[in-house]
Amino acid sequence: MPVLAQVEQLSVVIAVGEIPVRVNTTDAGFLAMLEDRYAGFVSDTDASEFEFDIELIPSGNSRVEDVRVACRDGKWLMTRGDFRAEWNPAARKGNIRQTANPYSIDAVLRITHTLILAGQGGFLLHSASAIRNGKAFLFAGVSGAGKTTISRLAPPDATLLTDEISYVRKVGDQYVAFGTPFTGELAKLGENTSAPVDTLFLLGKAQENRVEPVGIAEAGRELLANMLFFAEDQEMVGRAFQAACEFVEKVPVRRLHFVPDARVWDLVR
Amino acid sequence: MAKTYIARSGRLAARKLGEEMLVMSGLGSTLFTLNPTATILWQAADGATPLEEIVEQRICPQFEVSAGEALRDAETLARDLAQHGILLVSHEPFAQTSSSALEPATV
Repeated sequence: MPVLAQVEQLSVVIAVGEIPVRVNTTDAGFLAMLEDRYAGFVSDTDASEFEFDIELIPSGNSRVEDVRVACRDGKWLMTRGDFRAEWNPAARKGNIRQTANPYSIDAVLRITHTLILAGQGGFLLHSASAIRNGKAFLFAGVSGAGKTTISRLAPPDATLLTDEISYVRKVGDQYVAFGTPFTGELAKLGENTSAPVDTLFLLGKAQENRVEPVGIAEAGRELLANMLFFAEDQEMVGRAFQAACEFVEKVPVRRLHFVPDARVWDLVR
Repeated sequence: MAKTYIARSGRLAARKLGEEMLVMSGLGSTLFTLNPTATILWQAADGATPLEEIVEQRICPQFEVSAGEALRDAETLARDLAQHGILLVSHEPFAQTSSSALEPATV
């Protein structure tokens, strides 16, 4: 009687924002790619809060589609042209069907974290972030606003958390920014560390460096405009909205006009 | 002339930040900023108070405008807000249902 070959289950635990997510695969090459891609965010321990099984499919002509995220019967369905994922928060399990590329799982992890954070009063934000003097500073703006530029100009005593997507958790009654492996043009992973958020700067390039106050309603609108949120779900949209409003009620928001040279960091302390 | 009643749509999240009321649609993720008059209507839209009474008690004292003109403007604004899914408008009072959503009471 033939003996069926055992398929070895391989896994890596990726912890972003101190939330460990195990990713299971049977493909050693894909596992090595994940360990390399998320270096610095791979957990030393085996413990995880959630896990995803990866089903790798052959490469083909994936369609270009916007991401769609919807909740059905307690399960989150996430689809884009290059992946289809399902996540059951109650069972703490999910699966991802994708080709062997780093971008699909990156998107699924980002979406999953936005859903987790929305339930906790936190969020992912289109912003660079860095720690200086024990305080975290966020630099938000659309593409071209200067996130990569200000990251490049960071002085040696600043620890870069990300040049593209910031991770903000509500811990007790304060907001804490964590490093992320989600990179922008700098293509450099953030440091896997954290600090309480001191200020959210809204970036704008200018002829001189200056900081201006921002009204609280305007701060709320701009924060919402820069938040990553994908779910077509009334309850989750409401939670994200309330999270943004609570954040701007507690954390100073300023507009940072800057010329592209290192002196701008004199204003960030 | 039939009275007009207004109620807040249940599919929205709203919060006053400073002096501005922000309202977000839960389905389309569309963000609205209400002007001061719309904010008054939103806050007073309990489904039971006639619009005429809201105008007399909450709008006229704040703006130098006649009651008739203010009511016409408020009716136009309420219909506009209804078109954006922010308010519900009816010529009947709204009844509180078990699901806490508001709907026009059957007569």
